Amino acid sequence: MKAKLSTFVIMLCFWVILSGMFDAFHLTLGVLSCLLVAHFSGKMLFEGLRVEVRARQIFGMLTYAPWLLWEIVLSSLQVTYIVLHPQMLDKMEPQLIRFKTKLKSKFARVTFAQSITLTPGTITVSIQDDEMTVYALTNSAADSLPGEMERRIALALEPERR
Amino acid sequence: MNWVVTVLLVLGVFFFAIGTIGILRLPDFYSRLHAAGKCDTLAMTLTVSAVALYNIHGLSFGNILVSWKVFAIVFFISMASPTATHAITKAALVVGVEPWLKKRGPRK
Amino acid sequence: MMSQVFLATALALVLLIFLTLIRALSGPTVLDRIVGVNMIGSKTTVLLLLIGLIYEAMPMFIDIALAYAFLNFIATIGACKYFRRIKKVHLEDDLPTKIEASV
Repeated sequence: MKAKLSTFVIMLCFWVILSGMFDAFHLTLGVLSCLLVAHFSGKMLFEGLRVEVRARQIFGMLTYAPWLLWEIVLSSLQVTYIVLHPQMLDKMEPQLIRFKTKLKSKFARVTFAQSITLTPGTITVSIQDDEMTVYALTNSAADSLPGEMERRIALALEPERR
Repeated sequence: MNWVVTVLLVLGVFFFAIGTIGILRLPDFYSRLHAAGKCDTLAMTLTVSAVALYNIHGLSFGNILVSWKVFAIVFFISMASPTATHAITKAALVVGVEPWLKKRGPRK
Repeated sequence: MMSQVFLATALALVLLIFLTLIRALSGPTVLDRIVGVNMIGSKTTVLLLLIGLIYEAMPMFIDIALAYAFLNFIATIGACKYFRRIKKVHLEDDLPTKIEASV
């Protein structure tokens, strides 16, 4: 019930931002469609978790986001360096690596995979349970995994499990 | 304010250009995804926030609403772009596109 | 003054879209083409926003850009799901030899 109510409130906020109309007709339409969505797919947003758990995860995400943004800038600069280098084939050491992650929840694992994709020189290829396959562009990028990023995500998203 | 917007736009177009050059120059499929995924995400974030910044100069209610929507685009893109990259990579691995590896000994 | 900046940016983006089109047309595998089309889509989203700024019709074009961003994402995911089942996309027989020659 709580999950459905929270879904309804979030959907309504989203509706108001997207439509920008405040007359009775549009607001009624919004409330009706939000009720429908909340009734039929209320479990989707919280996937059976308690609302507080998901809220804390999202708050942890906010503390993690600035660092991620900085990493995105660094990774784009690195791609710039490789792409503009005249002998770029010498700079590259492409390789597939596999390792096991310590993160437990689905949300943290997905965040970890997305972060790997966005940070310098690596993209996630697949996650099977706790084994991740990563394609790395250079040796140093391959050596840096899992390392600091996993620690930061564990700190932001799963503080009770450390 | 105008200068900030201009600088953000120029930086964004620069990273779009890097992504395009990368997708044309890099030797194999997987490394092309590096250029595509990362540079596009950063470039979109930069250009779209430039548009949002320029748009709030009037500071009326409608403008703020539009800027909210623009930031919704930024948020959505920064989540969707890695997901799309991941989906493409997974499809490539399942289909069996060979990664290009340098000829050398096994890694220590 | 600012509208000229936007115009120049939009022109640069159109140029880049044509360059990306080279990869989308010539990419050795189907998946290369998907990547190319995805990049074209993200550039188009920004282009739509810039058009909105130039013609001062932002509230209209922002909705179009939003819908375009969603569609771009869903189209990529859909195409990937489809080609994951089709096993015969090995169109890159000549790729390794080309790389050997250039090294």
